[in-house]
Amino acid sequence: MGRFLKGVRLPHRKNTAGSVAVKMTVPESVIIPTKMHIGAPAIPTVKKGDYVKVGSLIADADNGLSVSVYSSVSGTVDEITELLMSDGTTAPAIRIKSDGQQTVSEDITVPVVGDKVELVKAIKESGLVGLGGAGFPTYAKFSMDRKIDDLIINGAECEPYITSDSLIMTEFANDILYAIETLIKYFDIENVVIGIENNKQAAIEILKNVTSSNEKININVLPSIYPQGGEKVLIYHTTGKVVPEGKLPIDVGCVVLNSSTTAFIGKYLKTGMPLVEKTVTVDGGAVKEPKNVIAPIGTTLHDLFEFTGGFKSEPAKVLYGGPMMGISVPDLSFPVIKNTNAILAFNEAETVIPKTTACIRCGACINVCPFGIDPPAIARGLKNEDMDAMIEAGATLCMECGCCSYVCPTSRPLVANNRLAKQALREHAKKEKEGK
Amino acid sequence: MTQLHISSSPHIHTKKTTTSIMLDVIIALLPATIAGFLIFGLKALSVVMMCIAVCVLSEFIFNKIVKKEDTTSDLSAVVTGLLLGLNLPADTPLWQAAVGSIFAIVVVKSIFGGIGCNLVNPAITARVFMLIAFTSLAKPSFPVDSVATATPLVDLSAGKNPDLLELFLGNVGGAIGETSKLALLIGGIYLICRKVISPVMPLSYIGTVFVFTFLVKDFSLTAALYQILSGGLFIGAFFMATDYVTSPATDKGRLIFGIGAGVITVLIRLWGAYPEGVSFAILFMNILNPYVNVWSRRRLFGRDR
Repeated sequence: MGRFLKGVRLPHRKNTAGSVAVKMTVPESVIIPTKMHIGAPAIPTVKKGDYVKVGSLIADADNGLSVSVYSSVSGTVDEITELLMSDGTTAPAIRIKSDGQQTVSEDITVPVVGDKVELVKAIKESGLVGLGGAGFPTYAKFSMDRKIDDLIINGAECEPYITSDSLIMTEFANDILYAIETLIKYFDIENVVIGIENNKQAAIEILKNVTSSNEKININVLPSIYPQGGEKVLIYHTTGKVVPEGKLPIDVGCVVLNSSTTAFIGKYLKTGMPLVEKTVTVDGGAVKEPKNVIAPIGTTLHDLFEFTGGFKSEPAKVLYGGPMMGISVPDLSFPVIKNTNAILAFNEAETVIPKTTACIRCGACINVCPFGIDPPAIARGLKNEDMDAMIEAGATLCMECGCCSYVCPTSRPLVANNRLAKQALREHAKKEKEGK
Repeated sequence: MTQLHISSSPHIHTKKTTTSIMLDVIIALLPATIAGFLIFGLKALSVVMMCIAVCVLSEFIFNKIVKKEDTTSDLSAVVTGLLLGLNLPADTPLWQAAVGSIFAIVVVKSIFGGIGCNLVNPAITARVFMLIAFTSLAKPSFPVDSVATATPLVDLSAGKNPDLLELFLGNVGGAIGETSKLALLIGGIYLICRKVISPVMPLSYIGTVFVFTFLVKDFSLTAALYQILSGGLFIGAFFMATDYVTSPATDKGRLIFGIGAGVITVLIRLWGAYPEGVSFAILFMNILNPYVNVWSRRRLFGRDR
């Protein structure tokens, strides 16, 4: 295996790079889901009619893997309702009518951290989840038994359009440093690497300056090749370690934190304000004024787009996240949640995906896959219901980065097939288990 | 607001399509086509045109008959016709060129399911079919103003050494598009720069022919050079062995394919009865290709095997 895994060079389209984040005017109401993370939904602690302030606990973490949810506005609880989430699941959500005052809760206190346990507790109580990816509760990454050898800060931000991480890296470099130094102190970490793609020179310069006094922290400038920010990809590129199939980063002594996640830890340790707002890149051909918006969590996409001047042309597709891994939504009633890093609105021309034609066996998909997966073989296995063939072709390794579909000259739905294959394998495994 | 589109990620896409790839191959074959016209005259052009026209028409009619969607707009039939034409002598009777074209499209490609489904390269297989079916193909054409009576390869067997520069420029006997190595090299480099083909295939194929000849011909550099600059090696290595459908998907596989084709080409050229080293070599490797693909699978990241 070479120094770098395979991937694609994408158009960057970082139109909002170098701009400052604009704090959004408080929307009339927000709808805050109780499940904005991987794990069990939080349990609502408020009822209709309750008055809440910014930072008030509104849903408490369930037992097991779960994190708490806090109000992002001051106002009255309007209703608790079942909300369809962008991933297709439903969860209770709390709608709060804002009084426009943004009165801060008096419960907010700077956390007292004297040891490892208190630090993890503080991170858990902050309501923090991985802000760049799937929303894995951050505290859980630090609750493993294995010693952490390498802490990797993910500043790759490899998806086109998105600039919220780079913006946070340049504006809040000191918070990032504070978080890293606290983690080094309590977890006795020897090596910290900040991995940044080479198209973010401003962030690289600032972080280099800020971290220069600490020899345990290294800035690793990486080529802008997607999916540089994929967890296993970044670990390999920054440490040379290979996370074995089906294992977690911690199994090779690594923890990966998104740069915005890291900055939040630093800020929280200084202020005690839980996760109630999010810097979101709003961009795409249909958006009138693309910009980075600091939005209260629970802001609907409708209100968000209203704040960025509305649409200059009819939006044809609206995405949570970047164009490579983002999820398209059917309407604008969905809210900004904890791990939302971008909301994109594409116009009609940007929405057209070429027609699917016969596979010409060019091998582009196979050669571009960072993990060496064979998507056409998976598709054949799926068609023939051949579980072994799908596994052999690497279906279970797929991180759905989208490179294979992106390069396919015949526009075959390769990622979608891989998803179906993984689902078929899960169901098959379940059946096998029940049968025994 | 109108209904928003819902689709699976990714939401952006490369501009490359089958049609754009085929167009690149056609552009890359233009220098060789022009060289063929300059060397062999107008009759060369008419053979090539006949092949292209009949290939496209056969595909169109076949799809009509079996009620499949028309695929001629992907330009793959044009490429097949062009390649077949360039692989025929300029003196090929036009009706024979037409029969070969029908064979390439209908028998080799469409019956197996059309683009992407054929087991062997249509143009190569049609050329081999024509060689066996029509005796005219055994007699190569010669440049319009030439007095030569044998192709470089036949000359070589007879112990005569043609001029290396003439060989490179292509002013020698042979099929329409195979003689000018310069023109083929320009086209090949274009395809590599456009990332349509991987350099591994032509390098390993031509390299193997060079090294193998060098070894068996008493370490003669000239013999090795003559061998790579003669016959259909360049057009085969750059344009036929690199056919996506019938060649391996990874560079590791292309290396195996290229070395295999190189060895077979030299074996046939030096010890075989037919003057068809390249065609038979590629055809044989086409048949072996499903196995090469299995042998050359990429290693999976993080999985022990």
